[in-house]
Amino acid sequence: MSEPLLQVRDLVKTFGGRPVLAGVSFDVAPGEVLGLVGESGSGKSTTARCVTRLTRPDSGQILLGGRDVLAAGRRELRALRADMQMVFQDPYASLNPRMTVAELIGEPLLVHGLEPDRRRRRERAAELLETVGMTAEHLDRHPRSFSGGQRQRISIARALAVEPRLLICDEPVSSLDVSVQAQVLNLLRDLRERLGLSILFIAHDLAVVYYLCDRVAVMLGGELAEIGTREQIYGDPAHPYTRSLLDAVPVPDPALARQRPSST
Amino acid sequence: MSTDPLLRVRDLRVSYPTPAGPAQVVHGVDLDLAPGERVALVGESGSGKSVTARAVLRLDPDARLSGRIELEGVDLLKLPPRRMREIRGGRVGLVFQDPLASLNPVMTIGRQVMQPLLIRGVPRKVARRRAVDLLERLGVRDAEHRADDYPHQFSGGMRQRVVIAIAVIAEPALLIADEPTTALDVRVQARVLELLRELADERGMSILLITHDLGIVAGFAQRAVVMRHGRPVETGTVEQIYTAPRDPYTKALLAAVPRIGGDVTRPLAVIGAAGEEKEGS
Ligand SMILES: Nc1ncnc2c1ncn2[C@@H]1O[C@H](COP(=O)(O)OP(=O)(O)OP(=O)(O)O)[C@@H](O)[C@H]1O
Ligand SMILES: Nc1ncnc2c1ncn2[C@@H]1O[C@H](COP(=O)(O)OP(=O)(O)OP(=O)(O)O)[C@@H](O)[C@H]1O
Ligand SMILES: [Mg+2]
Ligand SMILES: [Mg+2]
Repeated sequence: MSEPLLQVRDLVKTFGGRPVLAGVSFDVAPGEVLGLVGESGSGKSTTARCVTRLTRPDSGQILLGGRDVLAAGRRELRALRADMQMVFQDPYASLNPRMTVAELIGEPLLVHGLEPDRRRRRERAAELLETVGMTAEHLDRHPRSFSGGQRQRISIARALAVEPRLLICDEPVSSLDVSVQAQVLNLLRDLRERLGLSILFIAHDLAVVYYLCDRVAVMLGGELAEIGTREQIYGDPAHPYTRSLLDAVPVPDPALARQRPSST
Repeated sequence: MSTDPLLRVRDLRVSYPTPAGPAQVVHGVDLDLAPGERVALVGESGSGKSVTARAVLRLDPDARLSGRIELEGVDLLKLPPRRMREIRGGRVGLVFQDPLASLNPVMTIGRQVMQPLLIRGVPRKVARRRAVDLLERLGVRDAEHRADDYPHQFSGGMRQRVVIAIAVIAEPALLIADEPTTALDVRVQARVLELLRELADERGMSILLITHDLGIVAGFAQRAVVMRHGRPVETGTVEQIYTAPRDPYTKALLAAVPRIGGDVTRPLAVIGAAGEEKEGS
């Protein structure tokens, strides 16, 4: 096994005396996709925000490529941020409404000094938009004039712009129709295979997680209920909570749906 | 049908002004909802589902609307703005696709959920009790205390449930819910949908549910409308649509749903411009 790209150890976080993370540990290997699923409010986004240092944990350790994320100074943090990009759960709130799409996607390239030339940034933005099923026509529009799924795709294009080694996605495909979703998932898989991109993939859609993720961590009340390979988690879940989640997945078949006990 | 529809939309068209002239994005939508009926609006990203939902309540000041939108027999496109404001949050509850943007960042959660009741003269204490109860029923743990939090202190899925609570607490006749469960785990989602179904069955609330999740549609809706490129391509009962879809896009959509246990070694199928299913590249 190669050295993990991301190592997360014993993350603890409380908000106003309320424990939110109670010792979360996991690794993500280079080129690996780790799914993070679980109860709404269990601490998935908080975990992601700690890894990207948007939130400070009370204690714990985070290493990216062996470098200590929590101890990083300003300059080091900037370098680390070029290596890990995040797609936020709330696509609208995370896109500056005054910027055009070209500026939004070009911004990380500018900030990290990767593409000083404005015209080339624009070209790169157009290419990235196409990989998520949109077009260069969209470049000069502002976020508010886009549909939910279009905004989600703009966020993904923006995160991919700097070619990070680790992509942290918080519900990145939840507003996409199955076809656009398939396009984005195929793209992520392709980047993983071609460039060895690692992904921490937070999602509630267990079929999507099944398709994309090599391993899956299941979160409940600030802890990992279990973590294992796709085959273990879906085929032979160890924790009753995981089983109850799998039992609650809605089936796209009206006849079967009616036979089910309606709720938990 | 024995009852008159609660909502009747005919030939709805929506366009937005752009520097290059008006751009039409919805090209003629027809829609009927009977009291207590649950209808799903599904389809391509960018096909006009949210624009349609917002048009029913005339929420976009920029949007140019034409056609007819009748709620309980009244043409909403002819109502003065003041009457329209009474209908929003009164007879019609709306859950926006973007929960964070529709919450007030400087007002507590409890206060925001109580607001529709306070406006209608319900005493404060009663309103608070009902708000907390509703949040509990939606699976918000320790709602009594959490009601004093602000939106940024809630997780994405908790905020989504707050927005649902605000939309239904005053018992509207119609609920328009735009992707209301995308941030919920499947157990909480089942619980939320169950509550909505109860409101439909017991209070006769009609529900227009916009979603990309064809699993939810199968279990929750009675009828579905499939949209593409700004117009409905197929309308029917959920049974009809799932067992005998007529439109090629609907067929491709149903075939493209990823499934647990499916082949993970091949790219997922995407849908081509003509609506045919294509192998992903
Ligand atoms: N800034 C904050 N202040 C106080 N509490 C917070 C804050 N951010 C998150 N929390 C709380 O921490 C817990 C975990 O939230 P988090 O957003 O990590 O959940 P999540 O697993 O991402 O849930 P969801 O699936 O609903 O998005 C929740 O109870 C939430 O209310
Ligand atoms: N304010 C606006 N100005 C111009 N165009 C707009 C505006 N709002 C939406 N649009 C365009 O109208 C079309 C329909 O958007 P809408 O938000 O209804 O899509 P949707 O079906 O809800 O998609 P999704 O599933 O991605 O949320 C899109 O192409 C979008 O870019
Ligand atoms: Mg979250
Ligand atoms: Mg929408």
